[in-house]
Amino acid sequence: MTVDHQTLALLLFSAFVAVTLGITTWVSRNRHGSAEEFYAGGRLFSPMENGFAIAGDYMSAASFLGISGLIALFGYDGLLYSVGFLVAWLVVLFLVAELVRNCGRFTLADVVASRMSERPVRIAVGTSSVAVSVLYLVAQMVGAGTLVALLLGGEGEAAQAWTVIGVGALMVVYVSLGGMRATTWIQIVKAVLLMGGAIALTVLVLVRFHGDFDQLLRTAAERSGRGEAFLAPGLKYGGDWIASFDFISLGLALVLGTAGLPHILSRFYTVPTARAARRSVVWSIGLIGGFYLMTIVLGFGAAAIVGPEAVRASNAAGNTAVPLLALDLGGGAGSAGGTVLFAIVAAIAFATILAVVAGITLASSASVAHDLYASLRRRRSKPRSEVAVARTAAVGIGVVAIALGLLARDLNVAFLVGLAFAVAASANLPVLLYSLFWHGFTTRGAVWSVYGGLVPSLVLVLMSPVVSGSADSLFPGVDFQYFPLQNPGLVSIPLGFLAGWLGTVTSAEPADEAKHAETEVRSLTGAGAV
Amino acid sequence: MRFDDPWYDALASGWGESDGTGGPVPVVADALEGRGGGAADVYLEVQRSAAFQEVRSRYRRFVIPGVAVFLSWYVGYVVLATTAPGLMARPVAGAVNVAMLAGLGQFLTTFLFTWAYARHARLRRDRAALDLRWDTQELTRGVRGGER
Repeated sequence: MTVDHQTLALLLFSAFVAVTLGITTWVSRNRHGSAEEFYAGGRLFSPMENGFAIAGDYMSAASFLGISGLIALFGYDGLLYSVGFLVAWLVVLFLVAELVRNCGRFTLADVVASRMSERPVRIAVGTSSVAVSVLYLVAQMVGAGTLVALLLGGEGEAAQAWTVIGVGALMVVYVSLGGMRATTWIQIVKAVLLMGGAIALTVLVLVRFHGDFDQLLRTAAERSGRGEAFLAPGLKYGGDWIASFDFISLGLALVLGTAGLPHILSRFYTVPTARAARRSVVWSIGLIGGFYLMTIVLGFGAAAIVGPEAVRASNAAGNTAVPLLALDLGGGAGSAGGTVLFAIVAAIAFATILAVVAGITLASSASVAHDLYASLRRRRSKPRSEVAVARTAAVGIGVVAIALGLLARDLNVAFLVGLAFAVAASANLPVLLYSLFWHGFTTRGAVWSVYGGLVPSLVLVLMSPVVSGSADSLFPGVDFQYFPLQNPGLVSIPLGFLAGWLGTVTSAEPADEAKHAETEVRSLTGAGAV
Repeated sequence: MRFDDPWYDALASGWGESDGTGGPVPVVADALEGRGGGAADVYLEVQRSAAFQEVRSRYRRFVIPGVAVFLSWYVGYVVLATTAPGLMARPVAGAVNVAMLAGLGQFLTTFLFTWAYARHARLRRDRAALDLRWDTQELTRGVRGGER
């Protein structure tokens, strides 16, 4: 990449950082630091605003660059990801969004703990929420580092490391100063930018092919060198039964994980009612679905216009397909149009990472302060403001994420995201669904269900080919691989549900009828919701 | 002081933050001091009422079949994509094959399910749920007032 690209991209990115810092200062003026304000932004966002913010929270750089890159390299198999990421929202809409808005206050643990003995449940759910958030956060940090190395030409390790540190520092500033209100506005701005960029590129691709989608597919298949096979599943996930099971496992984790992601759940508390939560999900499904439809055009467009070989030569994982496509659509390398489009795409990708990272940091600092700190330190220490604890937690989580992001620099981003989804689906979803819908669910069931999903999913990853036993592993030198699949979801999600059931049927104390009645009435009517 | 209603987050008591905009009002909590199982009885009573059972069954009658249909359609799609590539590669029109149609079909059905759910909730649940919400809140307030 030439110097022009870098300068322009850096300028645009600095402009985004300046605007978002401006937003942070603007919204945090005259605000007293109440918990309501810090975690939920005052609960007065409109459904449309929250819908854009949810879309901004959900569509990470892995979606924008990763999925279209996978389509450009492997054709149809990349599309399977986007289907999973979208269908997941039906689970959120049907089973989770309204009920969680009605029952909870700030975090996932609020919903579960209200029916149960509070302390053990809060500690369990808080721990798994933080685990999921940190995994997801590391994925985004690694993505940021890789992106800078690729887009700004800084191939050196130093450029990557400084990017990870810089992104971490920025997110801590956003979150600890501006709380949910600033985070929401940053996500809205990012969602608008991302949709705008995607629409512009899609239109340019379609214009290039005179609006003929069939022609686009044919050209992509031809240039891929695989012919018809490029347009059918099997290029990436075909082969033996292990590959098939691995893919089914990933598919399950994607569709069930979204409803257990703490930073997505906490977004429903920023609107006043369950009805507003529903309407924000409808908005976000429209935005996210439209966006993934466009990534299909962009992916096949990159295969047809740039060609899989050129994409692979730039980055083996395909992450640079969209920037390269932008360069070509603008008139090619060296042209003014190409430079501008390329810089815009690079800046949008940065904005995307920053917004997602801020959302996750906020959610995990809420889990630390509202669930873990409040349960663990209540009796011994003198009362401190919960918001102050959350601000400190945001700094702490930032430091941890920076450190892990630097350590995990060479891990595949898509894998880390898939892992975070698998852990969320195994540890958070079973306990959430049981406590909303099962009248006999008990405290022991809740605790077992969380740990019964969390521990197997993490242990199975440690024993998977990702960590050891093959040439691509994290530790290729040793071999303690006993589990053949890369994604643990297929085994650990059923285990989470099973553990919750087992804990419930073996517990000595019966479920509290009155508290179940309260949960059910409140979740469906919104009586007494804050 | 607060009473032990879990919804009002007993953990935060004494932390001086309940003065936030949407937070629980201290006056309500004061009124509840020393109260027995009154509010819990209200929720049990509402849960047994015909109006609530109707709202709940409307919700379940829509959501349970809905989830069953879209989850099996999605899982079926994923399993077919990995186990029957031959079927998926069958051309339909031009470069468009069965797999492409199935993938775009997933997008389409997701939008349709979203629309149907939002419509069902708006027309069949919202009004009744809102009435129940005010009734329940009136009842819990009544319990509190009576015991004061």
